[in-house]
Amino acid sequence: MRRFELSLPRSIDDCLAILAEHGGDAKVVAGGTDLLPQLKNGVVKPPRVVDLSGIPALRRLERANGDGLRIGAAVTARAIERDAHVQSVYPALAESGALIGSLQVRNLATVGGNLCNAAPSADMAPPLLALDADALIVGPGGQRRVPLAAFFVDVRRTVLAPDELLLEFAVPAPGPRSGGQYLRHTPRRELDIAVVGVASQIVLTDGVCGKARIALASVAPTPVRALAAEAVLVGQPITPALIERAAELAVESARPISDQRGSAEFRRHLVRVLTRRTLTTAFDRARAGRPEA
Amino acid sequence: MPRQILRCTVNDEAVEVLVQPYQTLLDALREDLGLTGPKEGCGTGDCGACTVHLDGEPVASCLVLALQARDHDVRTIEGLGQGALHPLQDAFVRHGVPQCGFCIPGVLMAAAAVLNQKARPTEEEIRYGIAGNLCRCTGYTKMVAAISEAAASMQEGTLR
Repeated sequence: MRRFELSLPRSIDDCLAILAEHGGDAKVVAGGTDLLPQLKNGVVKPPRVVDLSGIPALRRLERANGDGLRIGAAVTARAIERDAHVQSVYPALAESGALIGSLQVRNLATVGGNLCNAAPSADMAPPLLALDADALIVGPGGQRRVPLAAFFVDVRRTVLAPDELLLEFAVPAPGPRSGGQYLRHTPRRELDIAVVGVASQIVLTDGVCGKARIALASVAPTPVRALAAEAVLVGQPITPALIERAAELAVESARPISDQRGSAEFRRHLVRVLTRRTLTTAFDRARAGRPEA
Repeated sequence: MPRQILRCTVNDEAVEVLVQPYQTLLDALREDLGLTGPKEGCGTGDCGACTVHLDGEPVASCLVLALQARDHDVRTIEGLGQGALHPLQDAFVRHGVPQCGFCIPGVLMAAAAVLNQKARPTEEEIRYGIAGNLCRCTGYTKMVAAISEAAASMQEGTLR
């Protein structure tokens, strides 16, 4: 591995001071499962790396005053996958955490790392996007709150400035009559990267769809919402025909490329199929309801 | 570039060792502590040959910076049996699981983590638990049989 200096901050203030001095030359490491391979193969060559593992505040996963969820940037995929409250109220998020890498990777990989790495295929991005999560970012000028839809700038680029740190994601409570699911297609079940990933999250209001969110991965430079598909669902009673119509519209929000994982045509097909499946499950889960949420 | 002191616990022993800031935990274990059980297969977290337990959970030590293990508890295959062969190792020997043997330390640590979670895992749970470990000799069938048998013998042991 290329040589670099390593900073070991013990608090968020420590970390901000280091980033203020070295931010332009530094890469932040949380779990390291994306960054270490990039350091080893020379994709990134930072003179300095700043390790977040000494900052316990970033590993908090907790309910926010009974309304929603706060997920520290350094909470691991495994912690999200195994959290009973996340499994029950935010199943799409738990499902995405369970799909990342292998067990050996999920015990290291963090939600903040997954999103800051900003791969178009990031598995935890579509559920968080569909759950209307905000990113809480801290920098020299204080905190700012960025809706996830505005967090990604391009492939591997986010709104984070070099002297800023991602603190946590704030996820609003989806409500008792809500449901969601994340599915992805991969040629093999373990240790693979999504050819396409789709998260659907819906709310039922008086028997019709009150709110719908559909988020797609691996079909554009950044994770994207399928806005036209969401709009066709709202205010309507849910039928298989309507779900099929939404799935067709979701394809229009995809701008896939052809690469070694799949052709653009195959990816459009997958968007339709996975949107249909995740919406169907999301509605089933919403109908079943959850008394505790 | 100055080396830094890594203080942690490795196989129940307090350890202090000078490491480079850019050194991985895997390299520190192998090169500085002489624990060559964990192997570097891919170096990118895909193969599981470098699996060790960090605070009891299996991780790819090729993706951990050595200094990220500071103040943490590390266990390698050398510390699995604590003097004698662990029931998993014993079962692997009796079933003749190792072929080339390169993946085996990682598989054993993954298997130990499975049994830490659940005393009697199903075959599906065993296969899922070692899904992050690649065996290019493709010796998975015997692995699953040996892990299953070890689980049974360990549970009987606790009942006696």
